[in-house]
Amino acid sequence: MSEAVSALPGASYDGYVSVREVGLQGMVTLRGDHATAPITSAVKKVAGVEVPEAWRMSAKGHIGVAWMSPDELMVMGPYADAPATVAAFEKALKGNHFLAVNVSDARAVFEISGAAVREVMAKLVPVDMSTQAFVPGQFRRTRMAQVAAAFWMLDEETIRIVCFRSVAEYVFGLLKDAAEPGSEVGFFG
Amino acid sequence: MLKLTCPYSGITAEETEFTPGGEAHLKRFGPGSSDDDFSTYLFAKVNPKGVHFERWRHTYGSGKWFIVARDTVTLEVYGSYPAQTTEPPQWIKDKIAAKHPGWTWREFS
Repeated sequence: MSEAVSALPGASYDGYVSVREVGLQGMVTLRGDHATAPITSAVKKVAGVEVPEAWRMSAKGHIGVAWMSPDELMVMGPYADAPATVAAFEKALKGNHFLAVNVSDARAVFEISGAAVREVMAKLVPVDMSTQAFVPGQFRRTRMAQVAAAFWMLDEETIRIVCFRSVAEYVFGLLKDAAEPGSEVGFFG
Repeated sequence: MLKLTCPYSGITAEETEFTPGGEAHLKRFGPGSSDDDFSTYLFAKVNPKGVHFERWRHTYGSGKWFIVARDTVTLEVYGSYPAQTTEPPQWIKDKIAAKHPGWTWREFS
């Protein structure tokens, strides 16, 4: 089998926050109405966490389940485990109306870290990044300059961003530009 | 700049996260209808000065279509509701009627 590579292997940039491409990340899209019992119990069984509330994610160890829409979840985990996760959902949801797909290779993941991550993010997304409005545990799908992206905070100084692989270079460019030394705004103090 | 609330995900975001989809509550005339009905359905849109119902899609979020009641003059947004309905919910009608006494929901043809 051919060796899997992420979109921009090893890409990193040190600005007033540091930007790096995270590398291969397992991602499985699960579609189906989360309000129904088959989906909630399958998520609990396969991922080991509860279905998150709207715009939040639940995480446990290496596994994270993010709320994408009322009928879509993204299950994140180690890259190598994604095919097994799909198979587990297919087994757990047999006979139900659902869809589970391994989308790991269709996405790219970036991480920005540093004291000013809220500010760098606020330059790029139309989302209130103040400490009252956005906290770790929340998950937000939005628009990042001209492309779709989703992000969440690991902690106060780390944000992870998921975008489509086809626009990985564009998103890396945006993040580098926003993190350029000398472009500090200091809005969030 | 409009700030719209997606009724599916409950989030209020600014206009650029959404895509407009034109007039809402249209009655569709498809295959088998008369040419006149089809042409009216396709081309004859209302263009009101005031209360207007529009379809919007939360493109960069939940991806769902919903309907927004807003005012084309003041840009006030009365509210938004899921698209699986043929007429606005009562609370939207009440809110509009409170602002525009005498306003009533009309039958769209």
